[in-house]
Amino acid sequence: MAKVTLKKLTKNYDDTPAVRGIDLEIADKEFVVLVGPSGCGKSTTLRMIAGLEDITGGEVLIGDEVVNDMPPKDRNIAMVFQNYALYPHMSVHENMSFGLRLKKVAKDEIARRVENAARILDITELLDRKPKQLSGGQRQRVAMGRAIVRDPKVFLFDEPLSNLDAKLRVQMRIEIKKVHLKVRTTTVYVTHDQIEAMTLADRVVVMNAGRIEQVGTPAELYHAPVTKFVAGFIGSPAMNFVPCALEEAAGGLRVRVSGEFSFQVPEDRVARYRAHAGRPRLIFGLRPEHIADQHQTAAANHRPLEVAVVVTEPMGMETLVYFQLDGTELCARVNPITSAPAGGRAKLVADLNHMHLIDDESGRVL
Amino acid sequence: MAAARSSMKGDRRKAMLWSYVFLCIFVVFTLTPPVYMLITSLKTNAEISAAVAPWWIFAPTLAHYVELLTSPVYLTFFRNSVLVSMLVVAITMAVSIPAAFALSRMKFWGSATLATGVFLTYLIPETLLFIPLFQTFVWVTEATGIELINRWWVLVILYPTLTVPFATWIMIGYFSSIPKELDEAALIDGASYLQILTRIFIPVALPGIIAATIFAFTVSWAQFLYPLAFTTSTDQLVLPVGIITTLIKGDVFTWGQIMAGALLGAAPPLIIYAFLMDYYIAGLTAGATKG
Repeated sequence: MAKVTLKKLTKNYDDTPAVRGIDLEIADKEFVVLVGPSGCGKSTTLRMIAGLEDITGGEVLIGDEVVNDMPPKDRNIAMVFQNYALYPHMSVHENMSFGLRLKKVAKDEIARRVENAARILDITELLDRKPKQLSGGQRQRVAMGRAIVRDPKVFLFDEPLSNLDAKLRVQMRIEIKKVHLKVRTTTVYVTHDQIEAMTLADRVVVMNAGRIEQVGTPAELYHAPVTKFVAGFIGSPAMNFVPCALEEAAGGLRVRVSGEFSFQVPEDRVARYRAHAGRPRLIFGLRPEHIADQHQTAAANHRPLEVAVVVTEPMGMETLVYFQLDGTELCARVNPITSAPAGGRAKLVADLNHMHLIDDESGRVL
Repeated sequence: MAAARSSMKGDRRKAMLWSYVFLCIFVVFTLTPPVYMLITSLKTNAEISAAVAPWWIFAPTLAHYVELLTSPVYLTFFRNSVLVSMLVVAITMAVSIPAAFALSRMKFWGSATLATGVFLTYLIPETLLFIPLFQTFVWVTEATGIELINRWWVLVILYPTLTVPFATWIMIGYFSSIPKELDEAALIDGASYLQILTRIFIPVALPGIIAATIFAFTVSWAQFLYPLAFTTSTDQLVLPVGIITTLIKGDVFTWGQIMAGALLGAAPPLIIYAFLMDYYIAGLTAGATKG
């Protein structure tokens, strides 16, 4: 068990920077997910922690020890790969015990640890099989078993669920969470799937273009994103963004989207936004789940909208309504019973208590 | 619908028919010489020289085989061939497996150029090489006093110049098809590079290694030009050259013995093929990754 610390970590491939300075402290037993679009440097960061990638600058510490120049085998880590990377010529048992056998651990100790890991992962019956006789989900369990058996200080997961089909992915996600509850080990998990990140993590690290955009609990990222990137990346469907201006109006503030469409900023937000009044290039952000059917609620700061529906997507438990507002296409999540027909008009209401204002130039949320 | 299906069936039958036609032509084409050799080797000398019915044996005899297998000269050729081929296979594998591992997995300065260079080496015709090699040997003898010409074991040094480049090239292909994550997983599991090679790469790439082994064995077993050029004494000859030089006496061709000797000489590669084919065909990488 150990904490992991990254200090000003950078990585260049030739002259192309992949990771541009990452500072991160991962506590002992914590489950941290690095999430971001492809090419954001999340996998490279993980591989630097593993020792599979040279470090261009900065430091990686496991426990209190700088491991920059330590080979992977001495770092006492275990890694689960996207394509499982099971040894095809070895049985499940041999796959799981390979590392221990290399370390010349006693036979009965190996047997005990393999049995224990197999029980945790529910793969006891598969121990004699070869990888090619296993399904994708079973292979991923074996890959996890190989990691657990070694009782490492840190688990590293590199997009472990990306090769599985959607249904299995959800199952394995829960499985990974269960395993983490049983085997409390510091875990760094890389994924491009924000849902995986939100559901698994104690803390999520959102990365973009080699930098950290925001670090926080799933709830923090969802409710209080600090950048436009995080606001748009977390949540599905993505947050609606509309260009707008902020004006002083009769003791309060008004967000003006266009000539005819504007609304009053909720009173508790006025103090926060006051300094930005008069700025022209701002972006108004609101999640689809905060635009609902009109009759559902009539609380304070709810702004009614009457919109022309472009397309609807019935999902069963809810319906996504896509509509135009001043040339921008927006999405609302509404109750399926009351959903408006495509091409028709719908009466919706925007819950401004959850609004965000973003500075378009810096990309910061105000 | 029914018509379409029956015409599809008809198409398939037609395709099958043609495949069999061409397969039969192929079989006749490739099997005629060995069958003719077998028939001739079972005839008496009188029957061969009478040349009445080339495809029929009136008085079958094993005399030629018995003669050869009791002749110390023929057995010496056989022993030389076996020794040379086995040593060449061993040397080829000992050199090309580590070389291919390094070239496919370790990026070092000039590794890509070297990999291409290895292949280009193989493209140089061997007939161009034996004169410079001969000169080199003469030079070595003059400089050190070690006699290299007319020694069977010199072939063990010579053949790898033909087998190593190609075997390395085959192995690079096989090793490169092994997913990178496999060595990374082994690296994290605590394996050294040597352990990755011996415990992961060699077992996983076994079909490739067997292909290379078969290749190296066949090349050294069937090599004719080099032993003809570099060895002359009867006790130093290998089979292909030995049969030609000792069984043809002046202008007398002892056809029965030549055919029997050639057939016996062709047996070891056949046996090795048959034995290794099962391993060769199995797709061992299945299941390593998503696939």
